[in-house]
Formats: sequence, C-alpha cells, structure tokens
Amino acid sequence: MRAFAELLDRLSLTGSRNAKLTLVRDYLAQTPDPDRGWALAALTGDLSFNAAKPAFIRKAVEERMDPTLFRWSYDYVGDLAETVALVWPSRPGANREPELSEVVDALRGASRTEVQRLIEAWLDSLETTGRWALLKLMTGGLRVGVSSRLAKQAAADLGGVQVAEVEEVWHALHPPYEDLFAWLEGRSDRPSANSPGRFRPVMLAQALDEAVDFGKLDPADYAAEWKWDGIRVQAVNEGGLRRLYTRNGDDISRTFPDVLEALEFDGAIDGELLVMRGAVLASFADLQQRLNRKSVDAKLLKNFPAAIRAYDLLSEAGEDTRVLPFAERRVRLEAFVGRLKTSRIDLSPMQPFKTWADLAALRGEPPPGEAQIAEGLMLKRWDSIYEAGRPKGPWFKWKRDPFLIDAVLMYAQRGHGKRSSFYSDYTFGVWTEGEDGARALTPVGKAYFGFTDEELKQIDKFVRDNTVDRYGPVRAVRTDIHHGLVFEVAFEGLQRSTRHKSGVAMRFPRISRIRWDKPSGEADELRSLERMLEQMEGR
Amino acid sequence: MIRPESLLCPKPQGLYCAPGDFFIDPVSPVTRAVITHGHADHARAGHGTVIATPETLAIMAERYGQDFAGSAQPLAYGQSIVRDGVEVSLVPAGHVLGSAQAVVRWKGLTMVVSGDYKRRRDPTCPAFEPVPCDVFISEATFGLPVFRHPDDGHEIARLLRSVAQFPERSHIVGAYALGKAQRVIRLLREAGWDRPIYVHGALERLNRLYEAHGIDLGSLEPATSATKQDFAGAIVIAPPSALADRWSRRFPDPVAAFASGWMQVRARARQRGVELPLVISDHADWDELTATVDEIRPGELWITHGREEALARWAELHGIKARALALVGYDDEAED
Repeated sequence: MRAFAELLDRLSLTGSRNAKLTLVRDYLAQTPDPDRGWALAALTGDLSFNAAKPAFIRKAVEERMDPTLFRWSYDYVGDLAETVALVWPSRPGANREPELSEVVDALRGASRTEVQRLIEAWLDSLETTGRWALLKLMTGGLRVGVSSRLAKQAAADLGGVQVAEVEEVWHALHPPYEDLFAWLEGRSDRPSANSPGRFRPVMLAQALDEAVDFGKLDPADYAAEWKWDGIRVQAVNEGGLRRLYTRNGDDISRTFPDVLEALEFDGAIDGELLVMRGAVLASFADLQQRLNRKSVDAKLLKNFPAAIRAYDLLSEAGEDTRVLPFAERRVRLEAFVGRLKTSRIDLSPMQPFKTWADLAALRGEPPPGEAQIAEGLMLKRWDSIYEAGRPKGPWFKWKRDPFLIDAVLMYAQRGHGKRSSFYSDYTFGVWTEGEDGARALTPVGKAYFGFTDEELKQIDKFVRDNTVDRYGPVRAVRTDIHHGLVFEVAFEGLQRSTRHKSGVAMRFPRISRIRWDKPSGEADELRSLERMLEQMEGR
Repeated sequence: MIRPESLLCPKPQGLYCAPGDFFIDPVSPVTRAVITHGHADHARAGHGTVIATPETLAIMAERYGQDFAGSAQPLAYGQSIVRDGVEVSLVPAGHVLGSAQAVVRWKGLTMVVSGDYKRRRDPTCPAFEPVPCDVFISEATFGLPVFRHPDDGHEIARLLRSVAQFPERSHIVGAYALGKAQRVIRLLREAGWDRPIYVHGALERLNRLYEAHGIDLGSLEPATSATKQDFAGAIVIAPPSALADRWSRRFPDPVAAFASGWMQVRARARQRGVELPLVISDHADWDELTATVDEIRPGELWITHGREEALARWAELHGIKARALALVGYDDEAED
C-alpha cells in the first residue's frame, strides 16, 4: 500500500506526461503481483469501490477527536479525504500496514458493517499518505490526472510493446492482470484477445502535408470521405454483448443507451458518434451535452439523440475483417449498414474525385448541407488493411483551413512544469464598444501553444516589460489602441457561449503568428467573430 | 502572587517587560530588545541595545551589517543577566542556529517565551529544553491537527528516490535561507549524498556562517558554475521565491521541490507549482505543540502567533488555562 500511496501522491502533483509515464512504469516494474495489477486497475478506472460514504468517515473521525478541532481542520484543508488522512488519531497497537491486494480482497468479501471496521483498522495502521490513498480508493475516483490510456501506455513501456497491443487484449483481461504482466516481462505468450465485445485498437490518420504528399500520391489509389465532427467510436455487438468504446478503449456504453439499443447486429464497426435529430446532423456543441456524464435522463436523450455514422467494418459474425483491404471492407460495410433497420446508424458517404485539384475544390467549398460542418476530408488507400496506431501512408486527414483572427494579448499566466518560469498561457481579446462608448477589448479566448521556444522567450519578456497589474500567477498586460501585442489566432470553430462575456467561445484556439508589426488598434472587432458565427449557423 | 501581566504584556511592538524595560522580538525599533532568533520577522535592525545568543548576533550582523543595533549584548545559553530585579536567560529552542527561548524571572514568577521552536532533532542546532514555568508563551504556526510532520529522514529519502528516478532532470529544493537550507544540506549529507550540492547566491553568506560555527555542509558549489547539462541529476538549494523565477531556467527540466511544513497540505503545493513537496519544518507540528504544553504543564498558556484558537481550545479541553495574544507582524508564511 505504501508504494501505491506514494505513486498517487507523486502523480497528483506531476504535470508532465513523460514524468507520469516514468512514475507509473517504475511502479509497475518494482511492485510484485498482484498489488501492481490492482493498482493498474485503479488507474484505468477498472477498479473502484463505494465502500465508504463521506458521512461514515466523518463520523468515525469525530468519535476520536474534538469535532470543533476537526471542523476547523476541514475548513482549512477543504478536502474531506485529505483532512481525515492528516488528522486521523491512530489508536496505539495498530496492525502492520495492509498491502493493496489485502485491501481489495477484504473489501470484496466483507459486509457493510465489516467494511467500516476494516477501514478504521487500516487507517490506524497507515501513515498519512497511505490513509489519503486508501480514502481516495474507498470513496471512488482517484483523480490524479492519469487517463486509462496513459496507464496502459506505461504498461506497454514496461514490456517494450506498442500500446495498441495492450489495448487489443485489454478487454479480455481481468484485474489483477497477472497474465498481462507475465507477457510484458517475457515469461509467457501474449494473452488471447479473443473475448466477445472487446475493443480493437483504432487506426488513425497522419495529417496531410499538401506540399509534399500530393506529389508522391496517386489519386486513383485513394478513397475520400468527410471527417465528421463528433468523437470517434467503436460499436460492438458480439454474442449479445454490446459495447461502445472511445478511440482510447474507454467503455462509454452506459452514457449512450440510445446508441446501444441500435446495435442490432453481430460485429464491430468504426464510426463517428454524433447528435442527429431525425436525419439532421447537429454541431459538436450539441454532442458535448452528452459527453462525460455519469447518468443520462430521458430529457437529455430526447433533446440530444446520439447516432453513429459508420466509417469501417472491423468484424462481422465472428470474422475479423481488419485484414481485408479497405475497398473490400467498404463493400461489406455498405451491405452491413444497409441491412440495419435503425435510423441511429448510417453510412459516411464516399466522395468520388479524379484529381487532387477536384478534392481541393471540394474541401475549399463544401456543398450546402451537413458537409459544411465537417472538420475536413479523410483519405484512405483502397488497399489499406485496418492497422492499429498511426501508420504513415495509408490514411491521411486533411482538415479544413482554420479560421483566423487578429487579437490582442490581455492577460498572461505562468505555465506549469517546464514552463513554470514563463508566462505562457495567454488570454487575448478583440475590440468592441465599451459601456462608455469608447473602444475596449473583450476577452474571446485563451491559448498556450502554437509558438516556438524562442518566441515564448520574447513574449515572456514582453509580458514582464508591459505588466500593469498582477493577480497571483496572472499578469495584466498594457493594452490600448497604440500599445499592445497582436496575435494571429487560428481556431477550428466558434460556438455561442453564455459563460464568456463576449458571448462566443472558440474551438482549439492556438497562436498561428505573432504580429509584432501590427498596431493593436488594427486587431479584429468582435463584430467579425459574430459574422463568422452567423455564417456557420446559416449553413 | 503577582499577576503575569505585570511582568510581560502584549503591546503593538511586541511583548513588553515593564519592570525590566525591554521588548522581546519587537517588530519596530525599541530601546532594549531581547531577540530569540535571527529570522527577519523576529530580528529587526535599528534597536538601541540587543540581547541575544552570540550566534543570533552573528546572524544579525551578517544580514544587516555590523551596525544593526546601538549595542549588542551576547548572552550564551545558560547564562543570565539581571536588571532591576528581572532575570533573563536564554535556553535552546531547537528552531535554527542560535535560536533561544527567553526565560524571564521576577519575584518568584517564571515566564518562558518560546520564540519559534521545534522538538525533533536538528543537526544544525541544540535541542529544545523544556523549562518549568508559571506561564508558557508559545508560538502556534502549525497549531492545527492537520499539521503532523513526518520524519525528516523519510522526506529526504523521497527526494533521493526522485533524483534516482529522474536522472536527466535537476531537483531544485526551495528552502528558507536561514536554517532550513543548512538543515536540508546536513540531512542530505547524513543520508549519504556526497556529491556537490549547488546553491543559489542568496544562501552563500549564511552557509559560510553556519560552517564557521562548526556545521559541516560538505562540498557546495554556486549554481552558476556548470552548464545546463551538468545540472542533470543535480540537487540545487534555492530560496523558495527562486522556484518560479527566471533564475530556474538554467536547469534541465527541473523538478520543483519545496521543504516546508506548509507542504503538508496538497492545495498549498499545487498553488505554488511544487511537484515534490517535502514536509520538513523548523516549527513544532501539532503533536509537538501539544506534547510540549503537556510536558511543561504551565499554570497558563499564552499563544503569540499562528493558529492560536485551535491550540487554545486543545489546552482548555486538557485543563490548562489558555489565552491567545494575537501578536501581529510575525510572518509565519515566509519563515517556513
């Protein structure tokens, strides 16, 4: 338990992805079975308990100490699990510290009242960090900034294999994953992935480099289709076992009962999860209403009905179709979707073209209708097999050109980790008419990438030299018509927003150029953003 | 029996002894001052006469220059001076080099002003000595039950483990320039770290002063001497403010560590962007505060600064009369 607690402790304060991978990988390498397997399950979200309610923990601690002192402590720390971990008055004669696997085993077999006694005994025998980790585990949700994908990547690193190989077998495995570690450490063969309803690692596309790639590629070798603006999913029904996975293999079946109900087939398809009202495709903002929810209610299902637009066929009636060329898979997919009775699953239509110039024209001026809100185009080699990961060559994504505006730097915030000595997170604004009728800037977005390290140094210096106010880690930068730094900001889309004073919110904003030359008074007006928004909505 | 308030009473400048006409740790210039230790919020420049341990006087001279006071009167641990019937002696407080409790006796009444103190071992200064007294006047910087500092050896081991785990990065340990920095260096030496330790320029003078007082800090090098790649795997000690300063850019992907009792609370670490919090404090934690009061069992407990209300409540619950003085000007945040 101690090693697991220290791992969680470090992870909770570590920002960098590489450092997190090192921490998890080293833990998995140094911790014996079955503890490391339970830890991996806890990190991937495959192990959680609802063994202790906060009310019970609070009661237990108040039986041991003055409730007033406890309340003051809680007020100061602000987090119940952390407060209890810190103040817990251990009774003397505590047992030795439990191992993580002992905790898991005991919780699985214990009744509710037994569980409470066990927790008290464990809290007595653990030190502060151990108590904190135990309480996080008990009350569900570690929240230490580790995604299930990152945890799997760390396991893959341990074995020197690709993360796709771990993902392929993941859903056939069960904690504490002793067979997985035996394979990763070269003590046995790879565990069988042959489990119904499992996730298949997803095939991803390279970004197209027009200048280089078109010279080398023959348009006759490629199929084209729109890149729809939802989230990439995999829908499976095998032997009656229905699952909906994200592209990282996270199981989101529970959040989309409407989609699950529509999976009346035997096989696995790859597609885009979208909100569709009848046959009308809705924007990504609508889909966002459905994402990251623990439960869904009838109203949400009615107002934001989800659907799948199918891209590919991965398996049909027990046959693994991923080894077939795309051309053949596409014919099979069309027949497969054609047989379905539901309106919740449709086909992503192919976009025929002869030359790259044809395709460029299509991308530049999508026809009226739903193509207007596509993210761009996908190119897939007709002969490509479905290969996990992001192989170079078979698939390309060719996103639409981003929208661009010129905005003025208003606030800068210190970064984290490597960037903690730099002002690297920028809030920028555009001109509007202030309350007094004069021109004033209103913030429209925030960006923290898109510039080189050298540019970061220059912007950081500009921020320090032009600070007019400070609020903790944030500096306000001098801005007026004649003075200020203009960024050319690129973004993928606009949404209306009630949370922003300006009334608009950007998707994926980033700094595309730093306009040292441009007077701040010539930056864009809020009006131009509003016009863009109207155009998008009018499509 | 004389009322304790007639011997020592709180004034805006600090605790005042009327019969002896002196202040203890006054926050603004006074004619006569007894100084418990060298931290800037307790030891200020510009007093008429300063009475303190020779170590504390040396620290004040180093920080403020030789003319930091009209005159300096050294009073070694265990010695005492008497003026107008008031006897003052200094007893180790275990906080930093030279730190002392002020023991004030008058007409059979004994009052002890703890200054800042801790109870655990510190390789850079003698340990706190409990003195039986009628009134114990304690600090309470960490006077909440959430502050329970782990063993410092455990914290140093965590630092060394992280250094081994991330050999390509440097570890910058934020540590207060007087006391904490030297204690962390000593603890690293005791844990077997014999490579050079890189230090920020702001620590150099106090490091030399500690070494002159017989505390061996091993091989120290200025943090400017190496190129960026030479700092891979290095341990660097710097004042806490340097962690997020441009100064830290010279190191490869540094791990920000911070040695402080405040690091006990996760939100504090997060707020300061600390990746590796080290709970190493020069103040008594909750268990040390309560154990000290329990051990001394004073007739009355007065609390000078920090989280007075919680310690006062604890004392009342344990049958000791307590009073919060709420003295202002002692900056507990910066000191630890």
